[in-house]
Amino acid sequence: MLCQNCQENDAKVHVSKIINGEKEDIYLCEECAHITGDLDFGLDFSFNNLLTGLLNNQFHPHHKINLSNNNIKCEFCELTYDTFSKSGRLGCNECYNSFTDKIDKVLRRIHGNNRHTGKIPKRAGEKVMAKRKVKKLRKLMDEAVAKEEFERAAELRDEIKELKDEIGE
Amino acid sequence: MTGEVISQWMKKTGPDSDVVISSRIRLARNLENIRFTNQASDDELKEVIGKINNLLLNNNKFDLNLLELGDLSKNKRNMLVEKHLISPDLSEKNINNAVALSSEEIISLMINEEDHLRLQVLLPGLQLQEAWEMADKIDDYLEQEINIAFDEKYGYLTSCPTNVGTGLRSSIMVHLPALTMVNRVKKFISAISQLGLAVRGLYGEGTETVGNLYQISNQVTLGRSEDEIIENLIEVTHQIITQERNAREILLKEKEIFLKDQIYRAYGTLKYAYKISVEEAMKLISNVRLGIDLGIIEDIESTILNQLMVIIRPATLQVLKGEEMTIEDRHIYRAQLIRERLQ
Repeated sequence: MLCQNCQENDAKVHVSKIINGEKEDIYLCEECAHITGDLDFGLDFSFNNLLTGLLNNQFHPHHKINLSNNNIKCEFCELTYDTFSKSGRLGCNECYNSFTDKIDKVLRRIHGNNRHTGKIPKRAGEKVMAKRKVKKLRKLMDEAVAKEEFERAAELRDEIKELKDEIGE
Repeated sequence: MTGEVISQWMKKTGPDSDVVISSRIRLARNLENIRFTNQASDDELKEVIGKINNLLLNNNKFDLNLLELGDLSKNKRNMLVEKHLISPDLSEKNINNAVALSSEEIISLMINEEDHLRLQVLLPGLQLQEAWEMADKIDDYLEQEINIAFDEKYGYLTSCPTNVGTGLRSSIMVHLPALTMVNRVKKFISAISQLGLAVRGLYGEGTETVGNLYQISNQVTLGRSEDEIIENLIEVTHQIITQERNAREILLKEKEIFLKDQIYRAYGTLKYAYKISVEEAMKLISNVRLGIDLGIIEDIESTILNQLMVIIRPATLQVLKGEEMTIEDRHIYRAQLIRERLQ
């Protein structure tokens, strides 16, 4: 029997594929089997394996990072970094805070970048802006206190409280 | 109506549809302070579905119809996979997850996939910009009522760090029979991966290419704006279109008889076969499609082939027949459907 791919060499490899319950038999010569990748040598280059490799790589001895760091845990969802580095999936939005140093490195590796420059959602965006403003006002308030301008500080305190109420914090 | 075998959009063509079959935008979003799907409790997963359900009950601006996967038969679920409306994972899990579909099946909102929300807009031909504008509006509509996990620095927070930032995966499905015939596809795949784009088979990650169909999508989601990501893909797509068209012209000029022979043999087999596998049918449909695009075959429309590519798949085929079938019966019924549609 001739190879079904090149129609030239003798078929030496029989491949059975089952896709969605449809069985298909293919007869290939060794060369074509290698090229079409129908021979699986147990090498797993799947996306998930590459990703988790990337996550684990941070703990390679050459990186001089203490292995015990692996046990840090997200307080909100209780996912450990160790579990994340195996699954490649984070457990909640707080994980980005809980593992921030590590995540930052991972993001730089994956995206070559660590800062979002795209769309800002309207409502959440307002919150982000309000939070920034609170931060700024706090700084001003501290300065006012240091200068013993207590009236001004009280004004700022009220403004901060108002803003925080608005964003529900 | 959703649940029909042919999505409305499949009956239409779009710009550059001789090479680009469809354009897809996908946005990954999560609800704030609810654990991501993989860590969430059953109650949390139900809460996510409930929130979307409430939103649709109050203000169903985009006319979405919510289906819980657990309520559908296996074939119906897999049909949605074959139509690219849900992921294989969503179908396989089918507990505490759902999909909301628009009547034309252009919009699909998966609930409790890897992320709480996966919004997809699918349009025929090269219409990435249009698909993005639509997805952007739906995203705004969802965000009005639902608190979305967003971080000032990292953008939209997703379960997998490869999606964080914009949460945007833009992709096109292209038909490249001529580039495949002249053995240029491997070269082109390696060139594309250097541009931060990925090439995949018909059904996404890890699937193989069938019928000379390839999916090309962006990899980087953080540090680039949505417009940059989409423009980049559109530009590359224009180049692919030019290359494929050139290859078709050259083949027609230099190898006319070979080409016509391949195309008419494929057409003949599809028209008269009495049993056929998916793989063979997809291969032949690809050749006939090429024949239509080159003006060699003139008596059928290419949208018929778009529809055939979906209805000949195992699950859709069985939904259409209304019963479970053995593989042998499927081969026979598949050939019958194709014969009927090509007469």
